[in-house]
Amino acid sequence: MKIHHLVSSLAICLFALLASSHAANAQTPGLSSPPLEGYFYPVTTASVTPDSQGFIRRWTLLEPIVKPNRSNTVFVDSYVREAFATEYFPNQMTVVPKDGDKVKVTVEVQAPVNLAMGRPQQQQAPAAPKFEKRTLVWHSLDSKRFNVKLFRFATGLDKDRYGVIFWAVTVINCDQDLENVRMAVGSNSASMWWIDGQEALILSGDRRMVMDDATSKRLTLSKGRHVLRGAVINGPGMSDFCVRFIDEAGNPVKNYTITTQ
Amino acid sequence: MIMKARISLIIAAAFISVAASAQIGKPFIHDPSTIAECDGKYYTFGTGSGGLISEDGWTWNSGAVRPGGGAAPDVVKIGDRYLVGYSATGGGLGGGHAGRILVMWNNTLDPNSPDFKYSDPIEVAHSEVDEDCDAIDIGLFLDPVTGRLWATYGTYFGAIRMVELDPKTGERVKGNVEKDVAVDCEASDLIYHNGWYYLLGTHGTCCDGTNSTYNIVCGRSRNVTGPFYDNMGRDMMAGGGKMVIAAENRRIGAGHFGRTIVEEGVEKMSLHWEADMDQSGRSVLAIRPIVWVNDWPVSGGVWEDGEYAIISERRGYALELAVDFVRLGGGMRGFGGSGNDTVVKIEDQKLEDVIGGWPKGEIDARIGDIMYRPHQKWSIESVEDVPGYLGGLYCKIVIDGTNRALAAAPGAEVVTVPEFTGAPEQLWRIDMLTDGTYRIMPKEVPGEKGEFVLISAGDSTPSLGKFDFNSDNCKWNLKKW
Repeated sequence: MKIHHLVSSLAICLFALLASSHAANAQTPGLSSPPLEGYFYPVTTASVTPDSQGFIRRWTLLEPIVKPNRSNTVFVDSYVREAFATEYFPNQMTVVPKDGDKVKVTVEVQAPVNLAMGRPQQQQAPAAPKFEKRTLVWHSLDSKRFNVKLFRFATGLDKDRYGVIFWAVTVINCDQDLENVRMAVGSNSASMWWIDGQEALILSGDRRMVMDDATSKRLTLSKGRHVLRGAVINGPGMSDFCVRFIDEAGNPVKNYTITTQ
Repeated sequence: MIMKARISLIIAAAFISVAASAQIGKPFIHDPSTIAECDGKYYTFGTGSGGLISEDGWTWNSGAVRPGGGAAPDVVKIGDRYLVGYSATGGGLGGGHAGRILVMWNNTLDPNSPDFKYSDPIEVAHSEVDEDCDAIDIGLFLDPVTGRLWATYGTYFGAIRMVELDPKTGERVKGNVEKDVAVDCEASDLIYHNGWYYLLGTHGTCCDGTNSTYNIVCGRSRNVTGPFYDNMGRDMMAGGGKMVIAAENRRIGAGHFGRTIVEEGVEKMSLHWEADMDQSGRSVLAIRPIVWVNDWPVSGGVWEDGEYAIISERRGYALELAVDFVRLGGGMRGFGGSGNDTVVKIEDQKLEDVIGGWPKGEIDARIGDIMYRPHQKWSIESVEDVPGYLGGLYCKIVIDGTNRALAAAPGAEVVTVPEFTGAPEQLWRIDMLTDGTYRIMPKEVPGEKGEFVLISAGDSTPSLGKFDFNSDNCKWNLKKW
């Protein structure tokens, strides 16, 4: 118990430090955003269960990968598939990251967003894209809300908030086979989701996060461990997602645990 | 006499049928405020500055005056004054989100009136650059149950919030704390109906012309402050929303709901189409009837010119000419038979089969068993060049294939006349009512003052009378022929 408290305290301290650090690649330099702890808890327990409505709140999130888009209307199916089929970091579709793991990515640099002055400044002419290598960190977090506020994950870490791709991974553990369930997702904006490496569903278009917006086909989660993986892409707007499993009647499925590994 | 007939023909030719689905004039606007009536004219304000004025509710042109610029205003009449709300903001989805919600008073909306003068704007809510709210898109709601005044505001960027205002001053009620009531929508508006409070919001993609996916959804609650749930039990705080109106053919992106109650049973919604493909893809004002289905609001759509059976809600009989019923061939063939007879198609009765037996002058109207015969087949066509009404054009109602027109008659009765002339007693206003039936009312009744509607005086007898939404005598159904 004491050890657990010590671990928890350390985690919270690290979390606070993390949340207050400012990276050099922020899209909105000098802007004070709501702190990360307003939206997430650090992971301090070995496992959790889905919330009362069945939503999965524990995820390991990768800091956003820059993918400039001035509009979300480009997110047609083929665009989304191509965007997520692009390899940004090694083992992208298989890794089950630990908190603090790092990846190196090459990203296109975006112009800063001048939030204080309103709308982003329109570029007179498209400049030649600039690329740079960045190190991104995985963060294991428990969301305070049913929806995982990726936007606040980014702003809380002072990372790019618009024109980004987020990767999310979590693990669920079933004590028994869960038959004829569906993965139900809402996301802002487009997203794709995989279970144990198999595509479960895609949400294309200029999406808003709506509970149970789209579902997978019926599937069986066999007894044991399953890796859920998602990727969310957004241009302007507030990125977030919500994920749960529902049964044939649309009721939440809650009899499993959630871990990071 | 010859000259008179010729003039009538010229007048009749001037009435051209049009599709009654789009406002005319120059109804170009984005984010229209709820339509307000002031001294017999209609007003709506939009994003930017100014707005539209209409003399009749059908033809709209610029001319409304609203200072302050900014985005997405709304209007509510409180007592004999108008409270106009708008927002001063900079952002958008990819920009800053510092916004201010402002309200101001005016005694009139008529910019030519000597009483036209806006009070200084009062800030009632605001958002900071980077909080989970974007303080624009105000919707004003005067609760008809309690008399309390509420404002909702916000966009996709964070939550839709509501605050309470003082209906006497327009100022924020002291100590009132804003409440989050929805996410993932914008252009919110509160309305009340039959014990329910409804929060409406616009979902989908704004400002992308013919590719905008804007659509208007709602949730409802027994409490004015929510939570508001959709038809699936989803909280609007989880993105829930039941569809009220989405794109129509060639009119894309429905946004920014406003409700106008004409009278009990007659309600209209105002909105904008992001793109009217018949008007250069521009954003235009639209007005549609509100229909309540299981206590959910939906758009009643617009009726189209065409051929209809006009069927009474009272009995389910059809409006017809009082002429001889002409039997069709075929007759009774017995109930059994060998079953080996050749099956043949019996032709419809045609107008030319029966019209020769009809009187030439006025013929009474009657209501009878619906048989789909020529004396029950009405052609309903919109009439241009006559001032319309809120959201509609007057129309002529003639027996299909003829110019014989349904007309209001002295003594508040109804007849058919052999020629449609465009006289006001031959022009009819058709409103879809909130239960999906129709109210059919003549523009004028000879020798009478006030408004009358087509009624069922008996199961088989039409007449004119005062409108009562609670009486099926006053309601009709239009069944496409």
